[in-house]
Amino acid sequence: MRYLLLMCGQEDPEDAPAHDDADEPCWMPWAREMQARGVLLVEGAQLQPIRTATTVRNADGEVLVSDGPFAETKEQILGYDVIDCADLDEAIYAASRHPVALAGGVVEVRPILASV
Amino acid sequence: MTDAETAVATAFRQEWGNVVATLIRMTGNWDLAEECAQDAFATALSRWPTDGVPDRPGAWLTTTARNRALDRLRRSKTEAAKLQEVAALSVPDDPASQDDSGVFDDRLRLIFTCCHPALALEARVALTLRTLTGLTTAEIGRAFLVPEATMAKRLTRAKHKIRDAAIPYRVPPAHLLPERTVGVIAVLYLLFNEGYSASAGDDVLRPGLTAEAIRLGRLLARLMPDEPEVTGVLALMLLQDARSAARLDEAGELVTLEDQDRSRWDAAKIAEGISLLEGALRRQRPGPYQLQAAIAACHAEASVAAETDWPQIARLYAELQRRVPTPVVALNRAVAVAMADGPAAGLALVDDLAAGGQLASYYLLPATRADLLRRLDRREDAAASYRRALELVATEPERRYLSKRLAEVGG
Repeated sequence: MRYLLLMCGQEDPEDAPAHDDADEPCWMPWAREMQARGVLLVEGAQLQPIRTATTVRNADGEVLVSDGPFAETKEQILGYDVIDCADLDEAIYAASRHPVALAGGVVEVRPILASV
Repeated sequence: MTDAETAVATAFRQEWGNVVATLIRMTGNWDLAEECAQDAFATALSRWPTDGVPDRPGAWLTTTARNRALDRLRRSKTEAAKLQEVAALSVPDDPASQDDSGVFDDRLRLIFTCCHPALALEARVALTLRTLTGLTTAEIGRAFLVPEATMAKRLTRAKHKIRDAAIPYRVPPAHLLPERTVGVIAVLYLLFNEGYSASAGDDVLRPGLTAEAIRLGRLLARLMPDEPEVTGVLALMLLQDARSAARLDEAGELVTLEDQDRSRWDAAKIAEGISLLEGALRRQRPGPYQLQAAIAACHAEASVAAETDWPQIARLYAELQRRVPTPVVALNRAVAVAMADGPAAGLALVDDLAAGGQLASYYLLPATRADLLRRLDRREDAAASYRRALELVATEPERRYLSKRLAEVGG
């Protein structure tokens, strides 16, 4: 079963995503722990800051483009991971151990509709 | 009712949850499981009067429901999917299909799945009632004062989330078991309280939620004999329920614990509750439900209100507050302290709480304050607090009680 983990939190006002120069990125220990549990990391990424977001709509053929995220909330989507694991309990565990959750952020867990 | 009809009714009470739980495990399909369980009971109703009641009604019902599920799957599926599912269903019960925690009963899997924290609390309660006790959607709707259609939607949404988000059908593994068990207990106690406070309201249509909660509590205590908090919540429910006949007078007015006719308390329930509690406490793993049951036991053991061991109750509340630091527990502790050490001591605690502001809209805060002020003979202050409580109170009998007290202090 695949789940999308949406990492939500308040963006660092200093803006730039942390391209930390440490030997390993902060999510590596998480990735190793998940791998050891049999949770497969399909893909994942940290996103560029909100100021780079563009929202697009198509109103009867007319393309409406606007600056900013689709929802103006305090908490924003900072990144995502797609995992493949046995059930929701495993996905909840993976979310609870994610660096964003440990840093006080919120993780939304969404099952991905299986492709037919 | 004929003997056979009585047998079906009894089997329904005892076996519904079991049949549904087993069918969910076999088919993985909650709707199908419920429908086939219903069919099985309907078949029993037509067959048992002529064929006789089977020796093991539960096994008969489960087999009948399973055959019905097989039929329906055969008819509805494409060949490939059909073969796969039918093959899975045809395998005889595998006793080795197991959980990490080593518990095998399907009903336990069902309770834990219904009470999964990823479901909304109201959905957990409704789903537990529907699948384990067999209350109909209409009955559950009536119990929670929502239209049947709303309740049906709530149940469907919950079942679909279980399916679509892959909430596992199992007793959680050992590392999750403690917190999930707390969640199951909370659902049972919420169910009980819903029924208990309703019995003081003016709606007599609400079915016996307290009885259903106690029945589920017994089931859970039987399935998890090593969990003292499970036994604790059952003891608590029994001890509180024992007082239900004395809580309202002939006119339907609320009677306070102090003024209740204790001869109307249910002695058998009290004895059972105390014996269960003692068994739980011997395990030396106290918790909030055992503490609340111990408090209820202190009341139950006093044959007249004046004999109540208030110092002991105040100590138990202090311990409860240490573990569950909520303002409602603090308010109850204040009442106990007032009884043990005098109204002034209690009033000081209540005023601290009021200053905290967390219970600003909870009528029992001004009601308690009013009561303590009345006992300190500060009648005008008491009247003001009774008036404040009346602005916040929700149910009629409580409103009448407060009005009566207000009149007594000349307000």
